[in-house]
Amino acid sequence: MQHKVIDTKDVVIRFAGDSGDGMQLTGSLFADMSAIFGNELSTFPDYPAEIRAPHGTVSGVSGFQVHIGSGHINTPGDFCDMLVAMNPAALKANAKWLKRTALVLIDGDTFDEEGLKRAGLKSDPIAELYIEDRTIIVAPITTLTEESLKDSGLDHKTIVKCKNMFTLGMACYIYNRPMEYVFKYLEKKFSKKHPELIEPNKKVLKDGFNYAANIQAIPNTYTVEPADQKKGLYRNITGNQATAWGLLAASEKSGLPLFCGSYPITPATNILEELAIHKNLGAKTVQAEDEIAGICTAIGAAFAGSLAVTTTSGPGLSLKSEALGLAVMTELPLVVIDVQRAGPSTGIPTKTEQTDLNQALYGRNGECPLVVMAAHSPAGCFDAAFNAAKIALEHMTPVLLLSEGFLGNGSEPWLIPSMKDYPKIVPPFIQPNTEYKPYERDPETLVRKWAVPGMAGCEHRVGGLEKNHNGVLSSDPQNHAIMVAERAMKVEKVAEDIPLQQVYGSESGKLLVVGWGGTYGHLLSAVQQAREEGLDVSLANFDYILPLPKNTEEIFSRFEHILVCELNSGHFVNYLRGRLPQFSYSQYNKVQGQPFLVQEIVAAIKDNL
Amino acid sequence: MPRYTFKEFKSDQEVRWCPGCGDHGVLAALQRALPDVTEVLGYSKERYVVVSGIGCSSRLPYYMNTYGFHSIHGRATAISTGIKVANPNLTVWQACGDGDALAIGGNHFIHAIRRNVDINIVLFNNQIYGLTKGQYSPTSKFGAITKTSPYGTVEPPFNPGSLVLGAKGTFFARSLDTELKLNSEIMLAAAKHEGCSVMEMLTNCVIFNDGAHKLIADKDVRADRTIVLRHGERMIFGKNRDKGLVLDGMGLRVVTIGENGVTEDDILVHDAHSDNVGIHMMLADMKYPDFPVALGVIRDVKAVTYDAGVQNQVEQVKEKSKIHCVDDLLRSGSTWEVK
Repeated sequence: MQHKVIDTKDVVIRFAGDSGDGMQLTGSLFADMSAIFGNELSTFPDYPAEIRAPHGTVSGVSGFQVHIGSGHINTPGDFCDMLVAMNPAALKANAKWLKRTALVLIDGDTFDEEGLKRAGLKSDPIAELYIEDRTIIVAPITTLTEESLKDSGLDHKTIVKCKNMFTLGMACYIYNRPMEYVFKYLEKKFSKKHPELIEPNKKVLKDGFNYAANIQAIPNTYTVEPADQKKGLYRNITGNQATAWGLLAASEKSGLPLFCGSYPITPATNILEELAIHKNLGAKTVQAEDEIAGICTAIGAAFAGSLAVTTTSGPGLSLKSEALGLAVMTELPLVVIDVQRAGPSTGIPTKTEQTDLNQALYGRNGECPLVVMAAHSPAGCFDAAFNAAKIALEHMTPVLLLSEGFLGNGSEPWLIPSMKDYPKIVPPFIQPNTEYKPYERDPETLVRKWAVPGMAGCEHRVGGLEKNHNGVLSSDPQNHAIMVAERAMKVEKVAEDIPLQQVYGSESGKLLVVGWGGTYGHLLSAVQQAREEGLDVSLANFDYILPLPKNTEEIFSRFEHILVCELNSGHFVNYLRGRLPQFSYSQYNKVQGQPFLVQEIVAAIKDNL
Repeated sequence: MPRYTFKEFKSDQEVRWCPGCGDHGVLAALQRALPDVTEVLGYSKERYVVVSGIGCSSRLPYYMNTYGFHSIHGRATAISTGIKVANPNLTVWQACGDGDALAIGGNHFIHAIRRNVDINIVLFNNQIYGLTKGQYSPTSKFGAITKTSPYGTVEPPFNPGSLVLGAKGTFFARSLDTELKLNSEIMLAAAKHEGCSVMEMLTNCVIFNDGAHKLIADKDVRADRTIVLRHGERMIFGKNRDKGLVLDGMGLRVVTIGENGVTEDDILVHDAHSDNVGIHMMLADMKYPDFPVALGVIRDVKAVTYDAGVQNQVEQVKEKSKIHCVDDLLRSGSTWEVK
């Protein structure tokens, strides 16, 4: 058989197996080694809510998709070039994501009667799933791993656990990846507690590589050349990690200690976990007794002068609604991060959606506006969190930052910034022992001054009751009307401090695709593709939702049609219809707990031209 | 530092509780206690923060000339926790009612106690919802007839003392709204206590639950139906100071000194600092008519506070870490250079 090495622009690989098979680790190791090799990449973990769902079932399949390229990579990819299926269920769950030309690598040992039965498959899964035309490599991965480690002295259970390294070794061969990074990873991971596991894992990895090289069943191998990247120091970062670090950066730039009060909830928990590590930078974390205590401890910390944060996901945001109103009423700086997941109610906790926008904008009693922002990529979460904190502290308002499960768990390489390039954050503190009227406002920004307990001579009371500018309780009708209007106007005036909206493509034209937050990568790829086909289409993806950037109206006026694409039933488009009713909007929506596919957007663009 | 008087702790706001409401007395006791606290503990006035939830008693922060936070129903304890953890130098007082702290805010209440956050909680227990005009609360007596229980409640009440001690509370005291001097004494003890101090104040709602504590609080019966506990003193009570408490088998018993050969030496000595929660639980559970109701500081034991624990951990980790700023953090761990 003639073996060819094909140089390709980009490939999408999906690792899938039982939720205990170590596919998340395998996928992220493959991503990390590709990043270090110099590729651009984007990852997408797709896993079940159960920690260990029933063994071998479709509902228990855990997947990790990685898209690597020699050019710019915007998304984790729609369909895959290679699927690793560690059992029949993984094959069944992911067959629909195979490209026509895809290579499928299967652990043949798991395709016995029992395994097929658990996956709800019959005797010939390849035919049943209509994938006969793909290149299928059936390798007895479990047996080969057992064979590889039969003299290792490890027990059988531990040996079988190493089979993900065999798979990774095969993937390294197929995509010509150097394995040194994995060696280093194994040495670091096991050196302290389980040094006996280092060599066996390395051996299995190498055996997997050699097996793939020797079997003569793999028609071609591929290289993806390093991307032409900006020079500098890089790291891989997930959205949730970047969010946590962005908050730490804001703490440093404001000189205020970071306080995070949160309750664990998928998929936001890693932000709390990450901050809990960084006591070295003065962060205090309280794992509260519930979501309400999470936000209320944060509000208390804000009153006491901290950069206060609470992190959550949709159902948790619902529980925080009343306290968010308190933060609006007391005009305290507070950052609320909602890593959205599929709802309503418990919904599909591990799947991504943008269905909390209405809740973010409107989900409180009374006239209760606050700043609503969104993050648009995993690494972009760093700047988004930093900016959310900056606005909260400088404008004395709660800021709700919408992230998404897709961003929080997804990762990408990140050119490490330098903190000297970030602005100082200057909260409007009052000088001690000056006359203090708690709700007297700056005439330009309508921002009130901040007096913190411990400052002599500025004792005052805040609370949920309406009050006048002096901080005295008031149920006077005119005063209430004024305060309601001023709180709203204060939020609108944040527009003076946010960047103008950028447009990708042409300054004017036939169609403007509009999106917000984490759909950025997919929309960008789709618009790029459509433009390459000669279509007159451009993109505006919004990071700032309330208020909108100042030039929004002007941008919209330069296009004939506007198509708003979002992963909900139309929250943003209806918001735009309310705020900028002079334009007519088309919409493309998807509510499946999954990101967009680039091809779906391209089709929607064509439908609207 | 000049000595403060109660006047400096009084705000210029008009007190809007009903005439005759028990809350007036508790407010007066707090305004009188804080100058003592300030002097004894060397605090400055700007360090005080008074936090409350929602309800009649939660209006209290407006009447104190300190930093104050009138928050939302049930959440005062969570807000207090945030304030204290964020800045352990502040001294946090909290006013809350029985509905506020034990119904809607029950979860925060028990967890602040479990964590031993160094806050001082004044729990106004009038056994009724006053601000919503007369519905039963989690401390209303079994069978209480209220607007939402016209045929009497069919649910037993919480005894706040056993709830606090059940959550391994480190400080619990109880008193009556009218006991101005005792209340200031309790408040000073609470301020000195490092950890979560709960002071249950049995208050009278003149409008919706008048006389709720009458059976023990009326002047002519109070001495016989209550006992004021003080650490190191014998548990003696009664108008004639002739009754006392002794241990009898697994429980407490009321005895009369001079009868059946009982002498003063037989009477128990109160040990508020004993780690053993059993005896404190028995004391907190005492009910009229079988027992006198225990007032004063029932439990006051030392334990590490949550806020200090959080702060200490930050200091320790900081000292050991190689990461001193965000630039260090961003460059830590696995990175690579593109040349």
